[in-house]
Amino acid sequence: MPLILTPNIDTPDDFYADLLATHDGLSKADSDALNARLILILANHIGDRDVLHQALVAAKGTPPAA
Amino acid sequence: MKKIFEIPLYPYARSTDQDAPEAIRHRVVIVGAGPIGLAAAIDLAQQGIEAIVLDDNDKVSFGSRAICFAKRTLEIADRLGCGQPMVDKGVVWNLGKVFFGDRKVYDFNLLPEDGHKRPAFINLQQYYFEEYLVNRAHALQAQGAPIEIRGRNKVTAVEQHDDHTTLHIDTPDGPYQIEADWLIACDGAGSPIRSMLGLDFVGRVFEDNFLIADVVMDADFPTERWFWFDPPFNQGQSALLHKQPDGVWRIDLQLGWDIDKEHEKKPENVIPRLKAMLGEDVKFDLEWVSIYTFQCRRMEKFRHNRVLFAGDSAHQVSPFGARGANSGLQDTDNLIWKLKLVIDGQAAETLLDSYDTERVHGAQENIMNSSRSTDFITPKSDTSRLFRDAVLDLSEHHAFARPLVNSGRLSLPCTYDGSPLNTADALDGPARTRPGSACPDVMLGGDSLLSALGNGFTLLTLNADAPDTLDEAGITVPRLALSSDDAALRDRYLGAADSAVYLIRPDQHVAARWPRFDEAETRAAIRRAIGKE
Repeated sequence: MPLILTPNIDTPDDFYADLLATHDGLSKADSDALNARLILILANHIGDRDVLHQALVAAKGTPPAA
Repeated sequence: MKKIFEIPLYPYARSTDQDAPEAIRHRVVIVGAGPIGLAAAIDLAQQGIEAIVLDDNDKVSFGSRAICFAKRTLEIADRLGCGQPMVDKGVVWNLGKVFFGDRKVYDFNLLPEDGHKRPAFINLQQYYFEEYLVNRAHALQAQGAPIEIRGRNKVTAVEQHDDHTTLHIDTPDGPYQIEADWLIACDGAGSPIRSMLGLDFVGRVFEDNFLIADVVMDADFPTERWFWFDPPFNQGQSALLHKQPDGVWRIDLQLGWDIDKEHEKKPENVIPRLKAMLGEDVKFDLEWVSIYTFQCRRMEKFRHNRVLFAGDSAHQVSPFGARGANSGLQDTDNLIWKLKLVIDGQAAETLLDSYDTERVHGAQENIMNSSRSTDFITPKSDTSRLFRDAVLDLSEHHAFARPLVNSGRLSLPCTYDGSPLNTADALDGPARTRPGSACPDVMLGGDSLLSALGNGFTLLTLNADAPDTLDEAGITVPRLALSSDDAALRDRYLGAADSAVYLIRPDQHVAARWPRFDEAETRAAIRRAIGKE
């Protein structure tokens, strides 16, 4: 399964506001910890190792291998 | 009463070799009477091959050292004739708890699979294992088997020749020399033989120190493995509590890198740490204290012509995951049948290169697993600690995070995928029994499949015809015929197939498998498994 890199979230502005609101009032350390938990939760939801690998590559800023 | 590790079990006795005018030649000399050296000697001797074990000491190892023995090790010990005392004495455990900070985050149960003769793990002090091996060696010797353990025989120099090795040995009566057709170095992580031969031992040193304490106490702690990440009594570090026989508990406390080892080892400094962990009121005695540093490294090659390295002398891993002694036993299990075939002239010396290939593969796997555990237990960067703590936080409420918690992945036998001794898989069967795998056990009435396999090759047939024995290249392969009325047998060896034929090596690894017997293919697979194809 290829990693989805085209728009896939309904109402993106609402999601973005949610993401920021979740971090509201947190210290840098608490925010970092929340982000780490979020990554792990989302990664588990995706599950597929190949998709996860493509996501890691995409996040690093190099094009995913064909 | 003296502890077993205080009694000389193989005291020095003068050998006739010391009075010989010239160095006496022996078939196999093993340096090191630890578990790996003793296992190698027993395996050889019970198949009629002379094995002389040299050790600079005369006692079993001091302190508990390796304590967790995996099922595969017990199965190998069964073949060597000392599995039963290990299981009788050892503590069987399946339950554990993981703590993070001041709270328990979850419990686990290893839920061992049914239908095996041996438990998934036992905890047993290494000195007991060594005692049972020494007893077995002495029993074999009493029956006339060619095995001898020479205590206080310290190897001081070795000279390699094309077809033998000369050993210079120091004893309480002065020096002497012997020659060995084959030398197996089982002399531990600091292997003097390796140093004498100027061989490499490279890898990664983990900048951390761990205090191990064996504590004797009567306490209500259950028979469980308890692991703490960042506990209040050892802040920023980790801790482990695990039960051994005789009311001895293994305690492991991470200390960090920048410490004074001699200072930390003193009882007056150890005892307050243990009280903080166990509670002020718990009464205990310290049996053994040691501080160790993690290393994950291996030799580039385990075979150097007529010198073979096995166990810690060849590879060293962090202790989390019980991959030291357990993998060392798999080394000798792999090596000895090959060495016997070479000594008996049934295989070429090059068969021993497959020992190198297969066990280097095993060592790589162990080093990878052990490095990953160490990276989880002792995060090396802020980001790595951030994710580690996130996993532990999530594990309290979400089952998905628990498989990510890594306080040691417990040793499983290595599958020799891609080994030159394997024949391509021809059965649409279970992945766990593909060529290269260690045979999983199955209970067959009162006995078990692995006990029925013996020390040689076996042709296992399931719902399939085959001759009762097959002779190929000087090897006699008896058939073991079973029918699949047992669910575990079906599940482990047939899968979707209706019938199967397995060629099983002397170390109980699968060499080849097919849906039915084909004589030409079976003969080719036997030749391939002994390096002749």
